Amino acid sequence: MIEVNEKIAIEHGLKSDEYKKICNLLKRTPNITELGIFSAMWNEHCSYKSSRKHLKKLHTKGNQVIQGPGENAGVVDIEDDDAIVFKIESHNHPSFIEPYQGAATGVGGIMRDVFTMGARPIANLNSIHFGSPDHEKTRNLLRGVVKGIGGYGNCIGVPTIAGQTCFDESYNGNILVNAMTLGLVNKNKIFYSKAAGINKPVIYVGSKTGRDGIHGASMASAIFDDKIEEKKPTVQVGDPFTEKLLLEACLELMAGKSIISIQDMGAAGLTSSSIEMASKGDLGIEIDLTKVPCREENMTPYEIMLSESQERMLIVLEEGKENEAKKIFDKWNLDFAVIGKTTSSKNIELFFKNEKVAEIPIDFLADNAPMYDRKWIKTKLPKENNFSKEQFKSLKLGDCLKKILIDPNIADKEWIWDQYDHTVMGDTIQKPGGNAGVVRVHGTNKAVAASVDSSATYCHAHPLTGGKQVVCESWRNMISVGAKPIAITNCLNFGNPEKEKNMGEFVECVEGITEASKYLNYPVVSGNVSFYNETKDKGIKPTPSIGGIGLLSNYKEMMTMELKNEGNYLLVIGKTEGHLDQSVFARNILSEFNGPPPEVNLFNEKQNGMSVLNLKNKNLIETCHDVSLGGILTAISKMGIRSGRGVKLFPLESLVNKFEYFFGEDQGRYIIEIKPENLENVENMLKKDSIHLDKLGLVEGNKITLENDLKLSIDDIKEDYKNWLKEYMVN
Amino acid sequence: MKSSVIIFPGSNCDRDMDVALKKFGFDNQMVWHNDVKIPKSDLIVLPGGFSYGDYLRCGSIAGKSRIIKSVIDFANSGGLVLGICNGFQILTETGLLPGILQQNKYLNFICKNVFVKIKNKENKYFKKIKKEVLELHIAHNEGNYFCSNDELKSIEDNNQIAVTYCDHEGNDDEKNNPNGALKNIAGIFNKDKNILGMMPHPERMIDPFLSGEDGSLFFENLIESL
Repeated sequence: MIEVNEKIAIEHGLKSDEYKKICNLLKRTPNITELGIFSAMWNEHCSYKSSRKHLKKLHTKGNQVIQGPGENAGVVDIEDDDAIVFKIESHNHPSFIEPYQGAATGVGGIMRDVFTMGARPIANLNSIHFGSPDHEKTRNLLRGVVKGIGGYGNCIGVPTIAGQTCFDESYNGNILVNAMTLGLVNKNKIFYSKAAGINKPVIYVGSKTGRDGIHGASMASAIFDDKIEEKKPTVQVGDPFTEKLLLEACLELMAGKSIISIQDMGAAGLTSSSIEMASKGDLGIEIDLTKVPCREENMTPYEIMLSESQERMLIVLEEGKENEAKKIFDKWNLDFAVIGKTTSSKNIELFFKNEKVAEIPIDFLADNAPMYDRKWIKTKLPKENNFSKEQFKSLKLGDCLKKILIDPNIADKEWIWDQYDHTVMGDTIQKPGGNAGVVRVHGTNKAVAASVDSSATYCHAHPLTGGKQVVCESWRNMISVGAKPIAITNCLNFGNPEKEKNMGEFVECVEGITEASKYLNYPVVSGNVSFYNETKDKGIKPTPSIGGIGLLSNYKEMMTMELKNEGNYLLVIGKTEGHLDQSVFARNILSEFNGPPPEVNLFNEKQNGMSVLNLKNKNLIETCHDVSLGGILTAISKMGIRSGRGVKLFPLESLVNKFEYFFGEDQGRYIIEIKPENLENVENMLKKDSIHLDKLGLVEGNKITLENDLKLSIDDIKEDYKNWLKEYMVN
Repeated sequence: MKSSVIIFPGSNCDRDMDVALKKFGFDNQMVWHNDVKIPKSDLIVLPGGFSYGDYLRCGSIAGKSRIIKSVIDFANSGGLVLGICNGFQILTETGLLPGILQQNKYLNFICKNVFVKIKNKENKYFKKIKKEVLELHIAHNEGNYFCSNDELKSIEDNNQIAVTYCDHEGNDDEKNNPNGALKNIAGIFNKDKNILGMMPHPERMIDPFLSGEDGSLFFENLIESL
């Protein structure tokens, strides 16, 4: 047996004073198994020790919220006893080391979080961030991640309905893979992880335990260096087939009444799942590790407790229901073992070959986990740029647009989502590439919309504004498909929290998220934090990813972004001031990387969004698209490309210069298409509510035109826009 | 009309097929792979998915599964057997249909709408469909049909090609081949035309709010012809 000392504790990722705290709590030196358990429970990934203090501030309440943060996933009410269980989670560190398996197990893990609660997964989404397209690793990482996401989700048979892909050099050494799943459950049949009752059997089901993924959670709490390749063995290996069986078996068992609590074995495997169940139930737990089904020979208690082998669940059953449950798992050919029981001791007690190998009071691991109030600094709002007329003089609208449409962050991502099964389950009514993905609630008239957003550029320039902006963009995506926004899940990807600058970015983004979600009544119900996205002292830009969901009470009223009919009017709702700082135009055309992000005015955001929903409810909108990256001209180009229709733009009435007007990234705006006969009615309604609107143009022909300034055929821009990524990937 | 959908562990289009069959009037039942007998049926469907994980070779384990002997007996006695996607792969593994399905030419999973040209209407699957070209949906990684020259000759001589990938006008040339399939083959029959295997999923195209509605034509014809 290895002798435990401070050096070994530090090798486990613990700090010197944390090790001292452990010894003091136990009043003795822990053995190696116990040390392993402490290190797994006290790392950043499991304990949220740097973030806990700030996460408490998040806005998590609302009439529609059934379960907020703290469970396997959040749950919201979508009426008629239906509820949606959903969450987003990061799998960044493993995906950089081994993109296929890292991404695949990220998808597997988040789906388990959702079906652990009794919900059948109905949609997957993802937000993935890569380094600069020119970086030598980007292409292979992208290929591997996309294949991994597809490989897992396609096999399970859950459609991947939307997502987001970004490129930025700050991710050169740390890519981001955030996976999100939505599940459907009857709101009276939700399962939780809180154990209850003494002497209840603790059951292990699913795959066997192997040596893969040992210390995965610790790896995810560390920064990268040159030796990162050596960490490959800490990446778990996914088996979607077993997960599919586990999903069906669990749902079958859940249809009965034998489960007291259930928890998937995710990060820190058997350790965190058993401790979490006991801790929430204020109980003890006793496990005989000899009974854990193992894939490899001679596994030690340490290895069994820290393995992150996938596709495993821990269940506390009602006494006497073991045989009934076993029958179901036998049918699905999955391992089933009674490995322990709940106790009144409030300790975790582990046995191996008839010997006690560990005993730790549960509250040492959970409640006594370190919590840090890390130092942080505020980011000042950068000074605005004053672009001179000279800078625009030689520019042509058409040339700028063409260049922007092949910006890696704007160009079409069909190459990616064609590799994801997005139509299985037969309810996908809005596919990837639109404002949001939409799936019907099977067998009803309802539908759920979902999207994922991030805007690292804005968050980097000013984290407080950026945090607000991402929530608003998510809200706008819901409105744009005609859904009432319900709630969000957040995946907070940041650099090293021990650095004041990074910690400040985190704190201020969370503040921004909180402010916007409170104002918009768009609460956060689940999420996770990923710190230490840093390689050799270079951290990523602050990247909170927001996954939003919304409800359509009648799916037939869903809006799409394809232009519908010749002669219809296009209106812009919301005011265009022409904010170019931090826009794609500023970076790509003017090579200007400084300045503040566009201001977020929550009052206008809400008013404008509600007015769009109002018009939609009165059946006055034919098409809707929110204006985001690349501004108005980029938005109408995408609408044109998807429908093969052109737009005749009206001469500008605004005093703003045309580049600022067409490429500015002001917030809170939508483009809507309306029939000519509804124009007056729509104008009056908006005026009454003091909503700003511009008459932008008419749906006409197959070109985008503006007097003598612009004439581009849709076919022409379509080809470049559609081909950029495909060509990049084959080169 | 009675139909049976076989569920293998890893099948994932079983529910979609059930929904589609019932929508068009079939009295459908689900049959578990470990059962030995299939209830009395006019049609047996092997649905899409990843039977037994498809880790060895797509459809190979399902092709040796307990239930499959009953499927083969049913087919050999002239019963209608339809295999979609993974179901097609399983049918080639059992030998009920000739050829094999290899990995897609560009090595990627493909999920998108495609057009297919109906090559033979002298059978129950396509008899009363008025259109010549259908818009259907594919979602597969191994849909690249291949067979030997002798097999191809025999398939062609016996009019066994059911559908080929094409454009909306029915041009089934290399340009409109999404996965590298030999002769753009998207689906084939056995000699007697009671067995059909095809990669496209008609069950995903049965509603104007989904990818399209041409799948409805397929099921409407099927229930009428039976």
